[in-house]
Amino acid sequence: MIIVLLAFCSILPMFFILFFITRKGISVINWRFLTELPKPVGEIGGGISNAIIGTFMLIGIATAFSVPVGILAGIFLSENRKSRLASLTRLCVETLQGVPSIVIGIVAYLWLVVSMGSFSALSGGMALGLMMLPVIITATEETLKLIPESLKEASLGLGVSYPRTILKVILPAGVSGLVTGILLSIARVAGETAPLLFTAFGSPFMNVNILKPMNSLPLMIFNYATSPYPEWHTLAWGASFILIVFVLGLNLFTKVVTRRWKVQF
Amino acid sequence: MESTILRIEQFSAFFGAAGVLKDIKLSIPDKRITAIMGPSGCGKTTLIRCINRMHELNPDATVSGRILLDGEDIYATDPIIVRRQIGMVFQKPNPFPMMSIYNNVIAGYNLNGIRLVQNEKDRVVEESLRKAALWDEVKGALHRRGTFLSGGQQQRLCIARALAMQPEVLLLDEPTSALDPKATSHIEELLVQLKDTVTIILVTHNMAQAARVSDYTAFLYLGELIEFGPSGRMFTAPKEKRTEEYLTGKFG
Amino acid sequence: MNHSRAEVLVLEPKTETMRWRKPALSESSFRKILSAAGAFVLLLLLAILLSLIIASLPAIRSFGIGFFFGSTWDPVRSEFGAFPFVLGTLATSFLALIISVIFSIPISIFLGEYSAQGPTATFIKSMIELLAGVPSVIYGFCGLFLLAPLVRILETKLGVAPYGVGIFAASLVLSIMIIPYSASIGREVISLVPSDLKEAAFSLGATRFEVIRKVILPYAGSGIVAGILLSLGRALGETMAVTMVIGNSNFIPKSIFSPANTLPSVIANEFTEATGSLYLASLIKLGLVLFIVTTLINLIGKLIIRRIGVRE
Repeated sequence: MIIVLLAFCSILPMFFILFFITRKGISVINWRFLTELPKPVGEIGGGISNAIIGTFMLIGIATAFSVPVGILAGIFLSENRKSRLASLTRLCVETLQGVPSIVIGIVAYLWLVVSMGSFSALSGGMALGLMMLPVIITATEETLKLIPESLKEASLGLGVSYPRTILKVILPAGVSGLVTGILLSIARVAGETAPLLFTAFGSPFMNVNILKPMNSLPLMIFNYATSPYPEWHTLAWGASFILIVFVLGLNLFTKVVTRRWKVQF
Repeated sequence: MESTILRIEQFSAFFGAAGVLKDIKLSIPDKRITAIMGPSGCGKTTLIRCINRMHELNPDATVSGRILLDGEDIYATDPIIVRRQIGMVFQKPNPFPMMSIYNNVIAGYNLNGIRLVQNEKDRVVEESLRKAALWDEVKGALHRRGTFLSGGQQQRLCIARALAMQPEVLLLDEPTSALDPKATSHIEELLVQLKDTVTIILVTHNMAQAARVSDYTAFLYLGELIEFGPSGRMFTAPKEKRTEEYLTGKFG
Repeated sequence: MNHSRAEVLVLEPKTETMRWRKPALSESSFRKILSAAGAFVLLLLLAILLSLIIASLPAIRSFGIGFFFGSTWDPVRSEFGAFPFVLGTLATSFLALIISVIFSIPISIFLGEYSAQGPTATFIKSMIELLAGVPSVIYGFCGLFLLAPLVRILETKLGVAPYGVGIFAASLVLSIMIIPYSASIGREVISLVPSDLKEAAFSLGATRFEVIRKVILPYAGSGIVAGILLSLGRALGETMAVTMVIGNSNFIPKSIFSPANTLPSVIANEFTEATGSLYLASLIKLGLVLFIVTTLINLIGKLIIRRIGVRE
């Protein structure tokens, strides 16, 4: 039937993408590719080590920024279902979720790049953190809402204070949902380019200083793919392979592993 | 004359504007089992939740009047302290699912940041489990999570957890309504043994249970205390007409 | 056991080893911290809006609303008319929407009505989720190297200038990217159609297809519309894939095969080279409009979903 045909057709692109990236990318991957710095144009070889390190560092900064605030805000929302502030906050979380990534980049530019006077990993990390925040807040709120009230009562009934009840009983009970939210948000931002275009900016060098520009896998793919040099295109295919394996792998990992930690009520 | 451990004076409780308890005056005798009985909606659960100050967790809840534990007004005390002196066991057993049996029993200490030496901990755990008549059944599996236990065992675990805090009063809110008859009778026997160590207040809608287990019974109807007295007399020769009607099944 | 009357904060220990300590964090402080976290998010959003407005003020003062009808974008001459980008954005988004709906509605019907459980359904659901997880830059990369050559061939056959990149290619790539959004909501909504409605129709002799057309789709209609709105919101804001495949031209596109630029793509292409505050302010003004429009569309979409009670 037409419907079934169309339904299956729409997932064909997925196969094409995976197929081509694997075919073109996997031959590029070798140890040197992963550990060397990119070479100037015209020279053969080179690698993507700075992009790999950069991606992880940017994710680290973003996580440090978004996880504490995100979890606290998520607790706030699940503990205050009806208050005015909570409803407004929920609205803001939804809005933030939908903000185009390039606009987030502009904002991070205005807040950090202008004031610091240079591009930096810090501003890039903050931009990514802004994108992770709504996902973490929503995951936290939804997870905690599912925890039965009886658990809270059991703890309060023992004379445990409210803060300790939340932090030592409720949060641990929801840890699998929280970790899922964090991992999924990481998967979301690991592939983001637009917010980094004028914040972290990219760099051909290895850099671990968060106050300086930093490269990342998506940035590198963008720069190399849109360049006129075929050697760089090849590197981009390799980098794409690494990136897509990381992102899709993380998604898969999240689904499979966090199921085991789920507490049954 | 029995000594009174808990005195409830002119006590009323509200959810917003709606009154749930009206001017309750009750003296709970020390080291005895007092049953609180009445039809659904009579306020018995609200009453005990006021005794351990859980009623006020609801943002619309208000109270008036006094409840005195050993002469101290519990509403003038930090509710956390009150809840450590007055323990509660809930209708549906609620052991902490992420913790082992051992840690469940000692949870009141762990969660409150009280550090005990390992021997002390072991002692408290064993004592509490023995008092709850659960020790022999779980002593070989203390470090497993409690989820494999049967309903009755889980409820006894909750009792052990409450007892570990060495409370003066133990409140039980229909503790056997979710359990099968065998588990129910285990718990009833347990309560009778426990009353030497701790005063017990038992909310139940099961008249036969109240008659079997309790020394004193209070009968509540529509938020008011209708009658209170020794159980033997209450069940055979109630003074109030409404008590008699309830006992004979005319309502509730 | 004695406790003083006025401020009982410490219970006398019953045994040597029981030392009751007041919790380090009091309840009211903790609640204040939680509220602060919530308020922080609120302030964050306001700060984003304010920053965008303030930074685009030079452009707002110079051009006003006419900004969006001006057809020349020439930074050298300080002429900033955004109409080419508005056109590019609308063209790519709506074309992508139309193409994606052709696929996402059948998926929704298939998953919501035909086989909600079972290996095929799980397979398709997983594939759709994977589609949503692929980074935008990879879509762009594949679009540039795999799709654009095919479009170039098509254009040659049609006798049009064979750029390969352009509105058409960008719309194709975009349409694949937004399929997951309308498909998942559509599926939810369709599976919520009450079975007694469907059974009534079947018992009157309707075929499967007629039931879909006349009962399910109308009932699930508003939910499907909401899903489409959310896809639109996503399409409008999509940057990287479009940037790489749209051809980067600041002139008004003449046909769907022309290269063009969208609001996000011109920002991506020119932001780091923008000299002069008017130039930058103009680009930021584009960002501001993007922010407002996508927010409105997303909120309307979510409002519809909430009204009909679907869980996303």
